[in-house]
Amino acid sequence: MTATLLALAAIFAELSLLAFGGGNTILPEMQRQVVEIQHWMSARDFSAMYALAQAAPGPNMMVVTLIGWRVAGWSGVLVTTLAKFGPSSILTGVVLHFWKRFKDRPWRRIAQQGLVPMTVGLVAASAALIAHASDHEWTLAVITALVALASFATKIHPLWLLAAGALGGLSGIGLP
Amino acid sequence: METTVAPAGIDIPEPPTVGALFAGFLHLGLIGFGGVLPMARRMIVEKQRWLTPAEFTDLLGLCQFLPGGNIINLSVAIGLHFRGLAGAVASLVGLIAAPSAIVIMLGVIYDRFKDDPRVEHLFAGLAAAAAGLLVAMAIKIALPLRRKPVGIVIAALCFIAIAVLRLPLLPTMVVLASLSMLATWKFQK
Repeated sequence: MTATLLALAAIFAELSLLAFGGGNTILPEMQRQVVEIQHWMSARDFSAMYALAQAAPGPNMMVVTLIGWRVAGWSGVLVTTLAKFGPSSILTGVVLHFWKRFKDRPWRRIAQQGLVPMTVGLVAASAALIAHASDHEWTLAVITALVALASFATKIHPLWLLAAGALGGLSGIGLP
Repeated sequence: METTVAPAGIDIPEPPTVGALFAGFLHLGLIGFGGVLPMARRMIVEKQRWLTPAEFTDLLGLCQFLPGGNIINLSVAIGLHFRGLAGAVASLVGLIAAPSAIVIMLGVIYDRFKDDPRVEHLFAGLAAAAAGLLVAMAIKIALPLRRKPVGIVIAALCFIAIAVLRLPLLPTMVVLASLSMLATWKFQK
């Protein structure tokens, strides 16, 4: 148990400091650690956890809490929450202290712009991995495509699209 | 919510107390579905008037630059700004308390009923829809790169390294981020 908690702490503390461009950029690495290296759950379960977290309110990285709970119960929740939000928060606090000093320095803009293509690649990787694990039947691939299209082309609230997807699944068409 | 009556003619809002920070972010955690940012701006700038629009944009810029969720970092920064460490902890805990409880509740429901075929179908549909939202988001953030060949190459390399080759994030990031920043620096000259 202690070993599991230590592994959770190490994995999520590292992810906390690597999450440039927000939470969705670290999903692939999270999945690699949780599914492929630690074998805590299947890729399909990981996608289900991610979907549950997206259906809940709040910041979009609540999947972290859910993984902690799934792997090690309440102590898992505590450890992953501290590990995921602690290091980046401390860094924010420290940098905030010096922020005003280098706000207008040119290197800050270069660093910021340089990170943009990374964010794009990582979010695309997240989308591909989550879609690959979620769409194990053709109906589900259709749902993914329709939701992607609707979300891209309209301003429909994401929660409605999640609800529509859940209903589409509930219809059972094309599902075993 | 506390409101402090400022003396007539003086329009400087009283800094929020630790309790007010906790309550404000707790509320934000509960109402923000699928992206808390627009709600956060409304609460922080328009409703509570903790920050001016310019201060908010400035702080958000910092929070987007740093690793971690924007809103998570923003809550820490605002808490710290007004009430030091206690304020930062109150804001962060306020923000994640309710969503954590809700997400665990959903997890319990999923675990209990996932063997029921109908519930299984429902969650499968939900997961497929969540994947669709992520696909749309990937396309949206990729669009501004379309006239930047170097950016496209870096993004594609990053995608292949992470999604296809399943390389670890840390070394991938160190190599590609350095390359990308170098290219940004070279090309702006």
